[in-house]
Amino acid sequence: MKNIADRGRGEMEEIANLFTGFGTVLQPFNILVMVVGILLGVIIGVLPGLGGANGVAILLPLTFSMSPTSAIIMLSCIYWGALFGGAITSVLFNIPGEPWSVATTFDGHPMAQQGKAGEALTAAFTSSFVGALFAVIMITLVAPLVAAFALRFGPAEKFGVYFLAFCSFIGMSKEPPFKTIAAMMIGFALASVGLDGMTGQLRLTFGFTSLLPGFDFLIAVIGLFGIGEILLTMEEGLRFKGRSAVINPRVVFQTWAELPRYWMTSLRSCVIGCWMGVTPAGATPASFMSYGIAKRISKKGKNFGNGEIEGVVAPETAAHAAGTAALLPMLSLGVPGSPTAAVLLGGLLIWGLQPGPMLFVENKDFVWGLIASMYLGNIVGLIIVLTCVPMLAAILRIPFSIIAPIILVLCAIGAYTVHNSTFDVMLMMVFGVVGYILKKCNYPLAPMVLAIVLGDKAEESFRQSLLGSQGSLAVFWSNGLVGTIMALGLIALFWPFISTAWARVRAMATAKI
Amino acid sequence: MTKEPGGAFGAGPSHRAVEIGVAVATIVFALIVIGGSAQVGFNWASDGPRAGFFPFYIGLFILVSGAVNLFQAFSAFPRERLFAEWGQLRQVLAVVVPAAIYVALVPWLGIYVSSILLIAVFMRWIGKYGWSLVAPTAIIVPIVAFIVFEKWFQVPLPKGPIEELLGF
Repeated sequence: MKNIADRGRGEMEEIANLFTGFGTVLQPFNILVMVVGILLGVIIGVLPGLGGANGVAILLPLTFSMSPTSAIIMLSCIYWGALFGGAITSVLFNIPGEPWSVATTFDGHPMAQQGKAGEALTAAFTSSFVGALFAVIMITLVAPLVAAFALRFGPAEKFGVYFLAFCSFIGMSKEPPFKTIAAMMIGFALASVGLDGMTGQLRLTFGFTSLLPGFDFLIAVIGLFGIGEILLTMEEGLRFKGRSAVINPRVVFQTWAELPRYWMTSLRSCVIGCWMGVTPAGATPASFMSYGIAKRISKKGKNFGNGEIEGVVAPETAAHAAGTAALLPMLSLGVPGSPTAAVLLGGLLIWGLQPGPMLFVENKDFVWGLIASMYLGNIVGLIIVLTCVPMLAAILRIPFSIIAPIILVLCAIGAYTVHNSTFDVMLMMVFGVVGYILKKCNYPLAPMVLAIVLGDKAEESFRQSLLGSQGSLAVFWSNGLVGTIMALGLIALFWPFISTAWARVRAMATAKI
Repeated sequence: MTKEPGGAFGAGPSHRAVEIGVAVATIVFALIVIGGSAQVGFNWASDGPRAGFFPFYIGLFILVSGAVNLFQAFSAFPRERLFAEWGQLRQVLAVVVPAAIYVALVPWLGIYVSSILLIAVFMRWIGKYGWSLVAPTAIIVPIVAFIVFEKWFQVPLPKGPIEELLGF
């Protein structure tokens, strides 16, 4: 009984905290920051070469002079904006502005060709909003519990969580597993360059003084995702030939009246998105998976690809749910679920906040301010994108040979401001060329970035665990908790084998019947 | 966008060659990491694992996965598949070369003057725009960057001799 009463009290406290959060967010300055963030984010999402992760990375230095709460509101709103913006280019131009909106082009662009661009965009934005809202509610309810649970974690359990995160990358990604491992381990190696935190010794610098501070992941993000993306766009030599769209209120309300029919697809996509977002598989596979399942289950499945509104609802809901849910492990465990969440985590560290369970105890205002801003930011975002589509489509008509050098300049400024170092600007260029080649060769970049972010912490928890056990790896199986986490990690790692084996067993069973 | 350069249609480096190159580069990187870890020591000292302990094993992982990727590049990739056409690569280099010169100029000229040059050269050379469009764009973008970063958010950006002459 006492337990239930405790939990009840805990929930009451969280609701109170959430309302304090709303109070913080509703301050005029923070609302301004939110609107600016969303607008910047949508523009970033629309422009090729600027995505959520590197957009946030470039703009991170702008927030150094703000309070951490205003800063995180701005950066997370840029992220929501980028998630919304990706849909615009997919529908109107058949060019996904972001990888997670690729699946939106399948039915979104055919709808635009049939003159139903307004319906497609309204459906996309509304679904994004629904997906995000679902994920935020999940975060509100689940994050404090996860954080409270994680307070019990020792170094071995912490390493177990990292292990699980990275194993699910290998098991879930569409890229060949050994390419994923190579990319990830290169990230870990880059993270270990410079001063070793535990022994105070220099390593892997080979006498180059410019390598002393190590590789900052923000530079890697700006290079790999920003410069690399510009190079890919140049190679494809794409021309923007778009459909124009005006969203008038009548279309919006008509579409809204139609959308509840697809509540099942929506709900399913929300769940897929949240699941894929929490495990660091990310928004892109979530959108594909959700589209694929909707196509298989829907009665109109055969018509998918010819402009079916359900084919817009499914991937958009899942992508936005996944993008939002990726913040759950970032906040409660300190393990980001996506590259953009990783950049936000980097921001927290720069502002002097330690992400992870202690954040919920020590920086309540910050956490609940952020969660409240997720609710409001998505509402503001929905209104902004619904009203600004013609203006945003006009941005896309600016030729790439004007946009490209401007984005290059922004990337350079972003890279410089991280440490006020011109060496970093050159490093960014190197990362850009490497990123282009790796992307073309099907090496995933997200695990590399996450490994650079988490490398030091993963290593620290690994070495601390081994110190406790005098070097025996058995420490990772020493109790039920860490053993379960490690076992989940192994299941995630070998998931492709397990699922094919399971399918074979089932096929044999049905053959017998 | 610019026109595709003619004549080079359908030819280019094979995807297989690039895959092999990337795998070999991975292996070289792994050897550097392993060597560097060995320099600082990867065994246990009296106070626990030494600085090279973790990167050493990371290096081994990279080495093994690089070797597997190399093997798969040899066995799994058909010779015919192209990495990209020469014309496409020329487009990529048209960004890489000016951008590389740009980042090399930033430490000497500061970011504002270099940015004016980059935008002007890029728009003029690749976009083939007239000066009436090139000049305003090249000048306005750095000025906006100056106002936003240095004035509003008080983030200093690298400056060169010309800014010094102007008294910043």
